[in-house]
Amino acid sequence: MESLTIICPNGHLGFAPLKVGSFKLGVETRPDYIAADSGSDDIGPVPLGTDTSASPKAWQRHDLEQMLLAARDIKVPMIIGSAGDTGTNSRVDMYVEMIKDIAKEHNLPAFKLGYFYSEVDKEIVRAKILSGDEITGLDGRASLTVAQLDATANIVAMAGVHPFRKLLEEGADVIIGGRSSDSAIFASAALHHGFPESQSYYLGKVLECASFCAEPYGGKETVLGEITQDSVSVTAMHPDQKCTVASVAGHAMYERANPFHEYVAGGLLEMTNCNYKQISEKTTRVTGAKFVPSDGIRVKLEGAGVLGHRFVGIAGIRDPQTIARVDQVMEWAKTQVKERFGEDGYELYYNVYGRDGIMGAMEPNRDKPAHELCLVVQGVAPTKEMAEELTLTATRQLFYARLPDVKGTAGGVSFVFDEVLQASPACTWTINHTMSVADGLELFPTTLTTAGV
Amino acid sequence: MTTKKLVDIAKTIRSKNAGVDKITFDIIFRTEAEYDLVCKSGAITRATISKLYGLRQDRITDFEEFHPAFAIKFSILRDRPSGSPGDPDIFGAQQYAPLMDIEIPL
Repeated sequence: MESLTIICPNGHLGFAPLKVGSFKLGVETRPDYIAADSGSDDIGPVPLGTDTSASPKAWQRHDLEQMLLAARDIKVPMIIGSAGDTGTNSRVDMYVEMIKDIAKEHNLPAFKLGYFYSEVDKEIVRAKILSGDEITGLDGRASLTVAQLDATANIVAMAGVHPFRKLLEEGADVIIGGRSSDSAIFASAALHHGFPESQSYYLGKVLECASFCAEPYGGKETVLGEITQDSVSVTAMHPDQKCTVASVAGHAMYERANPFHEYVAGGLLEMTNCNYKQISEKTTRVTGAKFVPSDGIRVKLEGAGVLGHRFVGIAGIRDPQTIARVDQVMEWAKTQVKERFGEDGYELYYNVYGRDGIMGAMEPNRDKPAHELCLVVQGVAPTKEMAEELTLTATRQLFYARLPDVKGTAGGVSFVFDEVLQASPACTWTINHTMSVADGLELFPTTLTTAGV
Repeated sequence: MTTKKLVDIAKTIRSKNAGVDKITFDIIFRTEAEYDLVCKSGAITRATISKLYGLRQDRITDFEEFHPAFAIKFSILRDRPSGSPGDPDIFGAQQYAPLMDIEIPL
């Protein structure tokens, strides 16, 4: 095989639906694979902490249906990674069921459906910690402690190419992956056909966000990647989009701290000496990527924990004298909360929009508040009832703040509604660490089954 | 000295999560000349970013001039993980605005 092609229609399947027009154009090129990533930690810790999806089922199913029907029609494998936003076992099971349902509904001839799990039992991690096998922190975090582990609700490990390759070797026509590195989804297909690691991982790197590597800006459009022994080319499928040197090189640095390195389970993709060349109107070719295998394998772990029930209140301020003293207004409300609930055992946050609500302490203009402010109040507590009363106190008491010489003595803030709203449980990322494994399949059990009729 | 605001020179100025503990910033130029001008101006360095955002320099984990994309890129550590209660910007997507007003000497 001299070259292999893969199309990617969506950089985060389910988060917003793929655009059918450019996807159909991509399918018409008769690619060798159709693949997409369906996960992200961008969505915050709530989906993993509560084992839910951030994406609506209808959109997930829409994309899976488009991809499955196309893949079965042209008889090529379809690969999905990080099922259902988080890649937990329940999300994998949900996608597997969706694939089976869609196949049945469309009377698709029987095909091999492979899937793997990525969830990690807390006891495995605990045993590692207790045996002195360090769970190393990423991005400045210290090593994982048992206390942090205990505060975690769910953990997923980031699979590399290994479980995908195993399922491809077993002949899977469709693969639904648990949490996995975006690039591994695509790299596994190229490696399966004997292409070098350097090009394979770069292929994955450039395809994983679909049309984010094209210009003009426009997400959810299909792009086509082609790998050879020494290069990767990427082509925009949308009639008005192009993959240019600027857009492809620009994408190399998207969403990562450093534009030159990408770590996956088993090694490092080194992009320092990448050479970008526009080879036709819509296509850019990249050479010079290098994969550096690591000595052992360390997999990334993601973990999220639930902090408590959460309610949200909203209040507005227009009086310029009150705006100038908004800190005192919040202090009054916080004091009322303390009188009712004490000093701790809950969390309370104010975001002051119109001053520094978006950037907090990093806001250079926080000393120049706007002519009106919006305060968003979040209260977190162990029970729903307490969270509601806490947040209502912290919101409604803004109305009664006692400021010396205040002109408006009939109420200090405006309300769009005089209630507080229940939000998703408050969660936090408890784990952003790496753990050593004996091999790349250790945490990722695979299953091969059938679907269709 | 004549200056021009960064927003009037750069093609793209953006910020986004890089994992759950970092936010990364990209400033991308249309031409090598504009990229060189800004790189050599000394207006965008670890020190100027640290001052603009009120961050200790050790919170800036990466700072790179990325020639293939005519881009300057830096990353910072968040003060709490993305999406924890009180975090105002789960995606880190609106943290770039102060960069737009940086004055670049011509």
